[in-house]
Amino acid sequence: MNNIAFVAIAILTLAAALAAASLPKLIHAALSFAVTFVGVAAFFFLLGAEFVGLVQVFVYVGAVAVLIVFTILLTRRDVQDTGKPNWGGAVIAIAVFGGLLWAILKTPTLSVTAPHVEALTVKRIGEVLMIDYVWPLQCVGLLLTAALIGALILVMEEKS
Amino acid sequence: MPTLSIFLVVSATLFCIGLLAVLSRRHAIFILIGIEMMLAAANLNFIAFWRFGPQPQPPTGVMVAIFSIAIAAAEAAVGLALVIAVYRHYRTTNVDQLDQLKG
Amino acid sequence: MSDSLDQIFIRVKQLLLAPLAGAPDWVMQIVSALINIFALLGVFLTLFALISVLERKILGRMQNRYGPNRVGPFGLFQPVADGIKMLIKEDIVPVRADKIVHFLAPILIAATAILALGVIPYGRNMTPFAIDGGILFFFAVGSTTELAVFMAGWGSNNKFSMLGAMRAIAQMISYELPLIITVLPVVMVVGSLAPDRIVAAQGGYIFGIVPHWFVVTPWGAVAFILFFVSGLVESNRTPFDVPEGESEIVAGHMTEYSGFKYATFFMAEYIGMFAISGLGVTLFLGGWQAPIAALWFIPSYVWFFAKLGALLFVYIWIRGTLPRARVDQIMNFAWKFMLPMAFTCIVAAAVWHYAGRGLAGWFWSLAVLTAVYIALSRLIGTRKKFAARTYRFAE
Repeated sequence: MNNIAFVAIAILTLAAALAAASLPKLIHAALSFAVTFVGVAAFFFLLGAEFVGLVQVFVYVGAVAVLIVFTILLTRRDVQDTGKPNWGGAVIAIAVFGGLLWAILKTPTLSVTAPHVEALTVKRIGEVLMIDYVWPLQCVGLLLTAALIGALILVMEEKS
Repeated sequence: MPTLSIFLVVSATLFCIGLLAVLSRRHAIFILIGIEMMLAAANLNFIAFWRFGPQPQPPTGVMVAIFSIAIAAAEAAVGLALVIAVYRHYRTTNVDQLDQLKG
Repeated sequence: MSDSLDQIFIRVKQLLLAPLAGAPDWVMQIVSALINIFALLGVFLTLFALISVLERKILGRMQNRYGPNRVGPFGLFQPVADGIKMLIKEDIVPVRADKIVHFLAPILIAATAILALGVIPYGRNMTPFAIDGGILFFFAVGSTTELAVFMAGWGSNNKFSMLGAMRAIAQMISYELPLIITVLPVVMVVGSLAPDRIVAAQGGYIFGIVPHWFVVTPWGAVAFILFFVSGLVESNRTPFDVPEGESEIVAGHMTEYSGFKYATFFMAEYIGMFAISGLGVTLFLGGWQAPIAALWFIPSYVWFFAKLGALLFVYIWIRGTLPRARVDQIMNFAWKFMLPMAFTCIVAAAVWHYAGRGLAGWFWSLAVLTAVYIALSRLIGTRKKFAARTYRFAE
């Protein structure tokens, strides 16, 4: 049952990712990008990290995808990409993929099956976040504030 | 539940598709989409290694993935703001035409 | 006897699952989930039909006229007539519209609205899908609605639709922040994101009369009002229905949809309303618990739907009373008033908790909230400053 779910989610995610990377019209690519992230969130659910999956849907599909779509609307000159495929890029991507595949399949210690793990509750994530990771948490807060202000300043029209 | 190497192969595929998008697209927003896909593939790697590691273990992989999602969101926001600012100045988003340092 | 009446739906479901006792685990899980889903869909689609006709009748009565009263007893079969009308209409798709995006938008918006209904506890042991991060699931699914609204606006290839969609998304994003931040004090005080635990934390009564619902605490009352108003905006209801204002922008992002697709948008709006009201009942009004200890014999789902009905009546009442707000007024209200008040609710909840959750806590959190409210009302200058009036007389 788990295997059927895994295969289905993998097909969905990779097909959507390929669509996002190769569709000519930008809006279709942005929407396939949102579907890719729903697929990745489904992977997180399958792996037992439900909180991260929900945060992924919330942040990526609810916020980043909407941001991308708004930016497409605001920069509307050329919503199509030029049709020439870039063979150099494809060769490099396939070479990197081949290298990673060789590295993964060559390492025997990676062919382990899943050990039994107790469910990771939100309470446990909260405890770890506030006790062990409190400094990174504050830094991420500062970073997000800086990004917010920076993005606003970049986009503000100069009053001429 | 498949083995760890199958999950790693899937995330490597996602990473390479993102790399393909970054390298072969000329529109700035497509390139950002590719970067976000590569980040998601890396997150998937972290969670897969956390799940298949020796149990019981602290949720380090999960924490890194959460922080990575937050940082990716911030980076997407700033990147898109840059794209809009560049578009306002140069009236184009084709990265091939953004090749001069002079304003 | 009251316990068996309370758990009657659980018994029925167990009866339905009994023939499958020997099947493997995953078959039982899938069949159980399917029974939950069909029950949920049945109840809420019926409720949607009922509320659509009740809204027109209540609005009619508020405007001193009868609502629909021809089709069936007291006009209650009106949804059947409406459904038949919508189904037999011609489905017009604009020629230059993006076919796939245009088709998928109403499906996505209805699907996300119905998904959000799955984590709300409707009665004792009656949560369809009890996940650990239930509240986060609700908001994650709710935030996908914006993408679907954009798809509707874009896919129609129509400038009015695009403008309506952008306004709708701007409004929904602005009010999503107060919506989520007002939920944070509740989650903080309870210590869990699971709706079942939140309902259980509101049990118990003071002197058997006053329940421990979060709405009776000062921060809970303010948070509930802010949550309710944000819910109004998220479901695009009057006075915030700029995206679908008929006199301004035809029908906004729904302009180019006819027939059953329009009915799907309509249904998605109502089900979004039910979901937000259901969440409000769970978080602030004690879920399925009775308000007085003596009334426990009434089944839990009756209490839940009674409270839901009361909230929906307030939605309809507000629609019949208030005129539409202007877009810049809506934005100002969200960013300059509701967001600071929502942050103050978190601080007030913390003050309430650390001053002991009794009378002293009540007093201090009320003081914090009042101070910030008065400061905000003095400091926010959203009224446009007009020049001094000059009079010119004809000479």
